[in-house]
Amino acid sequence: MPERELTFAQAVREALAEEMRRDSRICILGEDVAEAGTPFKVLSGLVEEFGPQRVLDTPISEAGFTGLAVGAAMTGMRPIVDIMFGDFITLTMDQMVNQAAKVHYMSGGHWKVPMVMRTTLGATRRSAAQHSQSLQAWFSHVPGLKVVLPSTPYDAKGLLKAAIRDENPVVFFEDKMMYKLKGPVPDEDYTIPLGVADVKREGDDITFIATSSMVQVALGAASLLEKEGISAEVVDPRTTWPLDEKTLIDSAKKTSRVIVLDEGYGRYGVTAELASVVAEGAFYDLDSPVKRMGAMHVPIPFSPPLEDATVPTEQSVFEAARKMCK
Amino acid sequence: MTTLITNHEAGRDTAAEKEKWLRVYRKMVSIRLFEENVNELYTRALMPGLAHLYSGEEAVAVGICEALRIDDYITSTHRGHGHCLAKGASPHRMFAELLGKEAGYCRGKGGSMHIADPATGNLGANAIVGGSVGIATGAGFSAKHLDTDRVAVCFFGEGALGQGSLYEVMNLAQLWKLPVIYVCENNQYNEYTHYQETTAGTILARATAFGIEAARVDGQDVREVHEVATRFVKRARLGGGPAFLQCDTYRYSGHHVGDINREYYRSKQEEQLWKTERDPIKMLGNWLIDQGYADARSLEGISEEVRKAMEAAVKFAVEAPYPPVEEVEKHVYA
Repeated sequence: MPERELTFAQAVREALAEEMRRDSRICILGEDVAEAGTPFKVLSGLVEEFGPQRVLDTPISEAGFTGLAVGAAMTGMRPIVDIMFGDFITLTMDQMVNQAAKVHYMSGGHWKVPMVMRTTLGATRRSAAQHSQSLQAWFSHVPGLKVVLPSTPYDAKGLLKAAIRDENPVVFFEDKMMYKLKGPVPDEDYTIPLGVADVKREGDDITFIATSSMVQVALGAASLLEKEGISAEVVDPRTTWPLDEKTLIDSAKKTSRVIVLDEGYGRYGVTAELASVVAEGAFYDLDSPVKRMGAMHVPIPFSPPLEDATVPTEQSVFEAARKMCK
Repeated sequence: MTTLITNHEAGRDTAAEKEKWLRVYRKMVSIRLFEENVNELYTRALMPGLAHLYSGEEAVAVGICEALRIDDYITSTHRGHGHCLAKGASPHRMFAELLGKEAGYCRGKGGSMHIADPATGNLGANAIVGGSVGIATGAGFSAKHLDTDRVAVCFFGEGALGQGSLYEVMNLAQLWKLPVIYVCENNQYNEYTHYQETTAGTILARATAFGIEAARVDGQDVREVHEVATRFVKRARLGGGPAFLQCDTYRYSGHHVGDINREYYRSKQEEQLWKTERDPIKMLGNWLIDQGYADARSLEGISEEVRKAMEAAVKFAVEAPYPPVEEVEKHVYA
């Protein structure tokens, strides 16, 4: 039988539906999550199955409903909050950083915050500076939070189910440009543990360590390189925290060249941390300095040719890799 | 026959009343003496960090918590010792936490501003002004969705009226009829600034704008606080939704123990007036004597017992060990 294929959005929805059937304490809170199913239609059909008591349309109050979710998680619920655009996480920062992330530690392990924040990342949707950022570095910086960056429909389902079952606050970033991406997704219950990297493509000459949207870019660049006789490995950490350092370092040691890719801003960003892990762990096995590629350090512009210049593409990654392998 | 039963019940009610208000008195004295010991520990440099004393505001915490069950929830503030004690925390473990000891409520990792205790429904004191309004509202959300008939009380100072998140969650609580009581302790000062310099309009209008049931009480009169709290808690428990209670009170000490020279923001005469004319413990004590429930000597006896208990608690905490250094990486994740 051929493998069943789902889009990324369908995989997310299936994970949510399966978990909500399994555990009645799970509820979804967010703006236009019920009948509208979010502007991206990721949640379509959930309110029809689970009702408005479990799929709750909130006011446009990101701080308010995220804070409410923290308290609900502490007292027996397992809330999932939907932050429509990743840019809006800025409105939730006190609740996530000072409350959710610290409750367990500050209480000496007495209270727990089993909640998930689902949000989006990614540019090139012509949405300009306040609807296009990839801010996963912000949450990755904070002890007490876990951060998940799925890159395929298969991973999205398995990682989201693991995030929902986790006893900690987990932030789950979905690339909104990837919602229509199709891929095999088993019609069964499975989870992918948080903190386990995945080698998306094996290779010998260079390693791309890539997250979320950049995994697809790296795979595209690897195909182009293959035609030039360069064999590229693509490693997806899948979670920035917990981080599977060993898999990253092992791949770097094997190929001796590394380009790190993440759609967030480079400065003090995810690429900086991953490059540092590789440099510390594989320095004596490297043939060239670790290169980082991410969003340019500018607010994302609206004008299409300008916006397209801000993020790595298959072509720019291909060229950078070819240069490194010369 | 009817008359006899009525008399009998009245007698029982009186005994219960007497017991209740003497318990309330003892709790208020406990908070006052706890804070006196905190002041002492701090000034003797035995307590690290910061100490924000609750002295003067005892009637609020005790009047409210006396209306709650042990499994009801509270969230507290940086000035939170009174709330924790009123909800039932042990002074031994509280002092231990204040000194950063392993025997403390948070194994020494939280300190004065973060005491939390699941056994008494204490979701935690919070050092971000207004930081716990979401947590308290979420506890009300759980109570409703899990159908537990619990109530959540959110204590915050009038300084939190400047935080937008308060209005976001009050809107949610009223929309979804959540059992949350928002208790605004108006101790007059946002740190070093009188609240009238920071607060436009009236306090109660902020709640009534959402259609939330709201009341203003004399926060120095524990019986008045308790009466309205009881009504609000009962209403919330029965599904009537949130309420907002403004308690006018006064912070006897500075913003924290080190805030000694305060005359640039408030006069010594003002402080003295509140302490002599409006002290919540004296006010309840006088009422107990008027009712014939106590006399000056029996009240002094209560203070003496509490004083000894606090001394023992302090001794326990001072002698308790610090957590081992390996503890530093425990409990980052559950």
